[in-house]
Amino acid sequence: MTVMEQRGAYRPSPPPAWQPRMDPAPLLPDAEPYRVLGTEAAAKADPDLLRRLYAQLVRGRRYNTQATALTKQGRLAVYPSSTGQEACEVAAALALQERDWLFPSYRDTLAVVARGVDPVEALTLLRGDWHTGYDPYAHRVAPLSTPLATQLPHAVGLAHAARLKGDDVVALAMVGDGGTSEGDFHEALNFAAVWQAPVVFLVQNNGFAISVPLAKQTAAPSLAHKAVGYGMPGRLVDGNDAAAVHEVLGDAVRHARAGGGPTLVEAVTYRIEAHTNADDATRYRGDAEVEAWRAHDPVQLLERELTTRGLLDEAGIESARQDAEAMAADLRERMNRDPELDPMDLFDHVYAETTAQLREQRALLRAELEAEQNDQEGDLR
Amino acid sequence: MTTVAVKPATMAQALTRAMRDAMAADPAVHVMGEDVGTLGGVFRVTDGLAKEFGEDRCTDTPLAEAGILGTAVGMAMYGLRPVVEMQFDAFAYPAFEQLISHVSRMRNRTRGRMPLPITVRVPYGGGIGGVEHHSDSSEAYYMATPGLHVVTPATVADAYGLLRQAIASDDPVVFLEPKRLYWAKDTWNPEHPTEVEPIGRAVVRRPGSSATLITYGPSLPVCLEAAEAARAEGWDLEVVDLRSLVPFDDETVCAAVRRTGRAVVVHESTGFGGPGGEIAARITERCFHHLEAPVLRVAGFDIPYPPPMLERHHLPGVDRILDAVARLQWEAEG
Repeated sequence: MTVMEQRGAYRPSPPPAWQPRMDPAPLLPDAEPYRVLGTEAAAKADPDLLRRLYAQLVRGRRYNTQATALTKQGRLAVYPSSTGQEACEVAAALALQERDWLFPSYRDTLAVVARGVDPVEALTLLRGDWHTGYDPYAHRVAPLSTPLATQLPHAVGLAHAARLKGDDVVALAMVGDGGTSEGDFHEALNFAAVWQAPVVFLVQNNGFAISVPLAKQTAAPSLAHKAVGYGMPGRLVDGNDAAAVHEVLGDAVRHARAGGGPTLVEAVTYRIEAHTNADDATRYRGDAEVEAWRAHDPVQLLERELTTRGLLDEAGIESARQDAEAMAADLRERMNRDPELDPMDLFDHVYAETTAQLREQRALLRAELEAEQNDQEGDLR
Repeated sequence: MTTVAVKPATMAQALTRAMRDAMAADPAVHVMGEDVGTLGGVFRVTDGLAKEFGEDRCTDTPLAEAGILGTAVGMAMYGLRPVVEMQFDAFAYPAFEQLISHVSRMRNRTRGRMPLPITVRVPYGGGIGGVEHHSDSSEAYYMATPGLHVVTPATVADAYGLLRQAIASDDPVVFLEPKRLYWAKDTWNPEHPTEVEPIGRAVVRRPGSSATLITYGPSLPVCLEAAEAARAEGWDLEVVDLRSLVPFDDETVCAAVRRTGRAVVVHESTGFGGPGGEIAARITERCFHHLEAPVLRVAGFDIPYPPPMLERHHLPGVDRILDAVARLQWEAEG
């Protein structure tokens, strides 16, 4: 006799009541990227802030062109330019307080420099000198991360630790559109939301992961929409509008600092240059697309806003330009000096205490270097 | 000298005690992982820690090994000392990128400015009848990564002492816990734990003169049993417990091999590309003129870890060790 044949009809018991755990609607991003420049919202923006953003944008653009020139001279092994994305870089640094932490990706040198790191020290990784030239604690900037999205859980852990210690520190973690496909992106967002960690995730959606366009990267309505699945708010912002990025990031940072938990911000922007100097972008995108984005240039957008409103004149533009030139000249001059590297450093920072095996290898290298030097001296005689 | 009463304790109890004492001594020590809080870990090794120190100090994390270790990196950056549990050997693999790309090299890539004092506890190895992905011996992967210490206790006293040292270390330590020794008992006093040798030192567990067995973790009791059984054959076997695979104690190992002139490396990890190959090569390079026979390896077979009903054929046992020892006599016979 089967269940159905039993006397009396089989009635499954209803499952226990189900309710959604929260209303997803307040977490959803706006339909359009948020804008300030050229809108009525611009009138409410702080003129001093806009001028500071402008000065940093101009410096950032010049830094990008100078660093790219240095790759042609062989002074940099590689440089991933952020031309076109300067607004995201600058706003990231300016949205933070001094006690906050920045977790940059390899393209975020400008944000690192805008945090106060020496421009030459920010480039040691890309020059092939020591991987991290700066002291991460001096300006609270984590090392530039080359593996994608792996620095995001670090930001969550640091923000969580700070909160456990009672410090009102916020961590801002930067990642590209390609990085949102990585497992560590998912795990970081999930941990952050579960722990309500004071962390802000900034996705710079610049259209491409090297050559792969966003449509082949994700099927999500927008990258900001991903936030909803983790239980955190997603914000969509025009990544070329420095005032808008600063406002949205500023809101997210304040929200995190006040105990409101994490936010995912998607900044819609565009990588004007190729992935790096080693890439050929003409193989995967057309000129028309690039030109359309050039017309939405972050430096020009802010400059137009400031001049239209009488907050910046020709002299101000020239002053910002000269300041950027001076920075570039200093960078060029210092980067053209050969770095001083001590091969013995290779063994000094592997363990707190050098192991017997590394002491042996150190002695081997020392002997090789001495033999090399003796050979050179012999040649001179 | 006062004599303290000692009672039998298991390795699992000693590990729990080590974490408890470390947490009591240093508020920076945080235990985290899947199931470590309310449940006390699937092996109960973190039992009672959440109750005693609160959920902020002993945290049940989401189920994500890369996330567990990745967030531990950030916590260590901010001055905490995370003790991370990877529930089973093969479950640790999703965290490999964090371990290899960040944990192992953060000190190096920042030129010493950002050391990461993280302890990664990995219950490892077979012999407990675990199903697939619950019995791997993954030590060779960790050994191949510069910047990590790789430690594995084989005694109750070492379980406590080495874990305290690992947590206190300013370097990341992969702490491999031999699962099948979790319930092995020894007389041990948690109020007055025995002082043990530091990380990086091997210890002669049994002196001998005929040949040296070099082993660690779960294979130590097997080697000691083999040494007892070998007495009947007239062999006096020495047994060296490595305790620490990185740093490696060449000095103790080579001194032992030079005394006996013969060596067998014993572990349950695979032989090809396994720890034994490295150890045999090191011994050969340093002790060639003292050797009466080639250094032999007794290891698990070069197969994916077998199903539990067959694992006894894979794991090196007393007989396989004794057969290898017999083969060491080849030159004397020839």
